Amino acid sequence: MALPLSPINRALIVILMAAWGTRCAPSTTAGTPPTTTGAIIVNKGSDTMVNLALAWAEAYQEQRPDVQISVTGGGSGTGIAALINGTVDIANASRQMKADEIAEAEANGVRPVEFVVARDAIAIVVNPANPVSQLTIDRLSDIYSGLINNWAELGGEDRPIVRLSRETNSGTHVYFLEQVLRKGESADKTLFAPETLLLPSSEGISAEIRQNPNAIGYDGLGYVTEGMKVVAVGRIEGGPFVLPSAETVDSLAYPIARDLYMYTAGEPQGEVKAYLSWILGRRAQEIVSELGFVPALP
Amino acid sequence: MKTGTWSEFILTRLIKIAGYSAVLFVILIFVFLLREGGPGVLEVPLTTLFSARWYPIEGFYGLLPLIGGTLLVTAGAALVAVPLGVATAVYIAEIAPRWAREVLKPLVEVLGGLPSVLLGFLGILIFAPLVRSVLDLPTGLTAFTGAVLLGAISIPTVVSVAEDALDSVPRTYRDAALALGATEWQTIWRVTVPAARSGILTGIMLGIGRAIGETMTVMMVTGNAPVLPKGLAALFHPTRTMTATIAAEMGEVANGSTHYHVLFLIGAVLFLISLAVNLAAAAVVFRQRKRAERILS
Repeated sequence: MALPLSPINRALIVILMAAWGTRCAPSTTAGTPPTTTGAIIVNKGSDTMVNLALAWAEAYQEQRPDVQISVTGGGSGTGIAALINGTVDIANASRQMKADEIAEAEANGVRPVEFVVARDAIAIVVNPANPVSQLTIDRLSDIYSGLINNWAELGGEDRPIVRLSRETNSGTHVYFLEQVLRKGESADKTLFAPETLLLPSSEGISAEIRQNPNAIGYDGLGYVTEGMKVVAVGRIEGGPFVLPSAETVDSLAYPIARDLYMYTAGEPQGEVKAYLSWILGRRAQEIVSELGFVPALP
Repeated sequence: MKTGTWSEFILTRLIKIAGYSAVLFVILIFVFLLREGGPGVLEVPLTTLFSARWYPIEGFYGLLPLIGGTLLVTAGAALVAVPLGVATAVYIAEIAPRWAREVLKPLVEVLGGLPSVLLGFLGILIFAPLVRSVLDLPTGLTAFTGAVLLGAISIPTVVSVAEDALDSVPRTYRDAALALGATEWQTIWRVTVPAARSGILTGIMLGIGRAIGETMTVMMVTGNAPVLPKGLAALFHPTRTMTATIAAEMGEVANGSTHYHVLFLIGAVLFLISLAVNLAAAAVVFRQRKRAERILS
């Protein structure tokens, strides 16, 4: 798996500049609409997707040097807020927009249009020294809601459990709350235990996992690096317990997988439309697999 | 002659405007905070605001854990920065030989110029693991870790201001004390430090002000768990400060939403806390000056 760029990079606005010298070269791709020179696409949101969005932007600009794509992270909530406030062309989100966000957007005169651009597994990670290697969704829910506080209750050593989570503006946080803590039941009002550490970046989570044998965390599969142990997850007690991978996400065997989205304000037009149809094409979906995500199309 | 008085007239006016503009800006900022944060008080019931649960995406807007977190980390930082900072200032101003003073003072000021994100980075990679293994805690991302790093950030401010104050105590005070047979320590503790008290207090307050407002470092090393601190043991558990909350969540909120208003309300509370710290410092300094004037006259 490719080692992802450090998410600290999300703080930097990465603007990939088109090479001016090749501006006049005719587009070689068939079917692309006529070039408008100096088109800028502003793309912002999910930290899970920031490396993927960057890789797409780079590859796309090799083909279309006249289009500039600026990619920023900040979290799915941040991207969606920017879409509602009208400051981005495309918002990246690792969760679907909520009903109240759509209502807010419509009150602002923005009609969000959704595209599923890739799929992702959420990996449960612990320190390599932790003997626990498989957990069910129910146990994960008990851990994060504060019912289980010691690894001994799960067949591990007698150590307190330190729960790590992304901040509340992260789509991964919201997905984990809905699909793991509440097991997908909308009537369930379980919350994260207040003691849960809310870390502002994926890097914060991996740094703590690598050095703390008490810790448990979750993050997109693309962010699992060396020094972290991935826990197999089962739907019911007794298994089967499945490790996350492109195959197990595709075959729906791994239970905590989700779609990754891009949102535009209204039906995409012009360059944005061309970019999105390229993303759903074969080359862009190959990049998805290269980065450890799962392609949206089979 | 005439041009001279004219330029003087203009200059005094300009200086006057500059002086009042600081007050004006503070008032404008506070008015803005109240305008954006005020609706939060109306939209969220007071019982919710004074509850112990902060989970804004589900409508839990309890401010107490955040206020508690800020007070806890700041108090911890003051416990680190005040003794160390004042002692360093005394050493530099009173005891150190000339060459040591010339090396130490600029070095301390360089420490003050370190970007706080850098300290946070060191904290998360080196200091937090150390705190966990040495103190045998569940995790090293605690209020204590944040307090020590914030203390380190505030020390240069305390040292710099306190050292200037000690330096400006007239030479004759020390000479008189030594001539009366006082030891060097008695001179420092009974004469020089009390004479420089108002400057030292100003340094301490500026240092605490720096600690209250610091954001990046605390966001990186305190774990950001919104738990209401109960007692001193809370120092060794994760906590969440007001500044980290604003920084982490401001980007996600839609303009004009309840969450947005509550974040500005937190900003207003933070403003009032630092105003209270400054007013307390001013009051103490003012009272001390009157006492000092009485003794010396």
